[in-house]
Amino acid sequence: MSLQSASLKRGQGSLHFPPSAMQSIDRWRLQQTGFIHSLRQNSSLQRTGVFLLAAGAGLLPLMAGSAKAALTKMPTDGADTLLMLMGSALVLLMTPGLAFFYGGFTRAKNVLNTMMMSFFLMGLIGVLWVVIGYSLSFDLGFKSPFIGGLGSMFLNGVGGELGDAPLADGFAISATSFALFQGMFAIITPALISGAVVERINFKAWFWFSLLWSLLIYCPLCHMVWGGGYIGPFGEIGAIDFAGGTVVHIAAGVAALVSAAIVGPRSSYPESKRPPHNVPFILLGAGLLWFGWFGFNGASFFAAKGAGFSFLTTTASASAALLTWCLIEWFTDGKPTAVGAATGAVAGLVGITPAAGFVYMGPALLIGALSAAACLIAVRVKMETKLDDSLDAFMVHGIGGTVGALLTGLLAAPALVPADYFPKSAEILAKGGNIALFGAQFKAVLITFGFVGLGTAIILWIVGAVVGLRVSPQEEERGLDFIAHGEEAYDPMTF
Amino acid sequence: MKLITALIRPSRLDAVKTALVDASIVGMTVSEVRGFGRQKGQVERYRGSEFTIDFLPKAKIDVVVEDGQVETAIAVIETAARSGDIGDGKIFVVPVEQVVRVRTGERGSSAL
Repeated sequence: MSLQSASLKRGQGSLHFPPSAMQSIDRWRLQQTGFIHSLRQNSSLQRTGVFLLAAGAGLLPLMAGSAKAALTKMPTDGADTLLMLMGSALVLLMTPGLAFFYGGFTRAKNVLNTMMMSFFLMGLIGVLWVVIGYSLSFDLGFKSPFIGGLGSMFLNGVGGELGDAPLADGFAISATSFALFQGMFAIITPALISGAVVERINFKAWFWFSLLWSLLIYCPLCHMVWGGGYIGPFGEIGAIDFAGGTVVHIAAGVAALVSAAIVGPRSSYPESKRPPHNVPFILLGAGLLWFGWFGFNGASFFAAKGAGFSFLTTTASASAALLTWCLIEWFTDGKPTAVGAATGAVAGLVGITPAAGFVYMGPALLIGALSAAACLIAVRVKMETKLDDSLDAFMVHGIGGTVGALLTGLLAAPALVPADYFPKSAEILAKGGNIALFGAQFKAVLITFGFVGLGTAIILWIVGAVVGLRVSPQEEERGLDFIAHGEEAYDPMTF
Repeated sequence: MKLITALIRPSRLDAVKTALVDASIVGMTVSEVRGFGRQKGQVERYRGSEFTIDFLPKAKIDVVVEDGQVETAIAVIETAARSGDIGDGKIFVVPVEQVVRVRTGERGSSAL
């Protein structure tokens, strides 16, 4: 996505990185493609190429059709920065929204624990991001295509002395607003995983798991896809991911699948299965998620003037997905359900995430409809298995994210994937068309599945060996609200 | 004196209360209860998973009346609570040995 690129730029223009280091990492990146390689002949062109690579879809409005425009040192723009600040607030709201979405599905005795698994991360990952997460994702200190660096710990130097410096040349958003925006993504991603392991995981295990997963899986993946690393538009693979289909949704979904398998099903699952204890919570949560997704996808455009476009594809896909899910239920089960409407909307939002800035409205509607259909089928297939992905985290985020990433390859409009910004991706599109880009997306999906799947398993084994993953069956029966937090959501007499 | 216990649909509670008051039968205790009879629960569906809900919510009304009012009270409740579908509920009548008004210590009918 454009964001990651942006971070690179910050590093380049940056106040705390020696230009020579930046140049060498740029050179490394340039060598990745022949296209870029040729640019090396001309230093000014090279500079252009680098900056544009670092840019992303978000810079399109700034370019105004001219590659040089993006290179211009721009003053920080108030409207664009405000978009990022507003977007950050919107994305933050998705985490409590997710807490309600998940909390509604569980039993009344586990609702606080379920909501805390998301809500708590606003503390834990919020601190982690400022201290080291941002640096590992977007710093360039290690000169590695797989991990960032340590130079931006505590957001040192980000945004200059007054915090109002632009992200990099060609960017009119402030570097601080970018760091904030990215932090909100880092918070919600591990929260998404919790849906797979609710009602039996030990909260201490969740604390260590989300901390380690964020450091060892999220930050490197963020760097690989968005930070100028291996998978992204200026890396080896050349895949495109507008707002986190890979980094956020596939990663969280695969981690959820692996977690559900390793942590194991709830005691006496599936006999112990109960209906959602509070369906209005589910609708409230889905509504907040949709609202917040305007920031997640919409603000990822990085420029206020053109962001209406990414806002539109986002909501169009969600609408199509909600409608699709309900219509399928209506035909197959006789009634459209509220839970189905909420789930369908989320599936559509997940599906459009990698594509939001790369497709027009027709494809956006199609992505929404197909994501919903795929997730609905996945949920029903899961019901036939012993796998207890309790709240369908993989079925919605993993499947929806994968379908979205692959459809992004098939449906991306070449005009929206300009060579300046996405050299490798545009080259793939120009040579092999959408089928070839589909291939690149497929490779990115496979790499993510492998990296996240293996990494998550290792982290879970370590956490399991040190603190234990599950509560005892007796504690499970008593309810995790009291066991983990000493609280109850409701008067026990109303059970 | 008789204790009339009626288990009815929660949605008919207001109608039953109004009908009893209109028939000059005042004073009642209402509780939220769950149970099933011949209706045997209902099937609900969430994300495609079917759940059979065995215990359905009902409203329980307890009202104590003079022997002479029993048939009136039963008729009023029956009419107001009836929808004609399965699940309309039941009415039980049991004798009451003593009634005490706590505030005054009155006993029997005058305590009602």
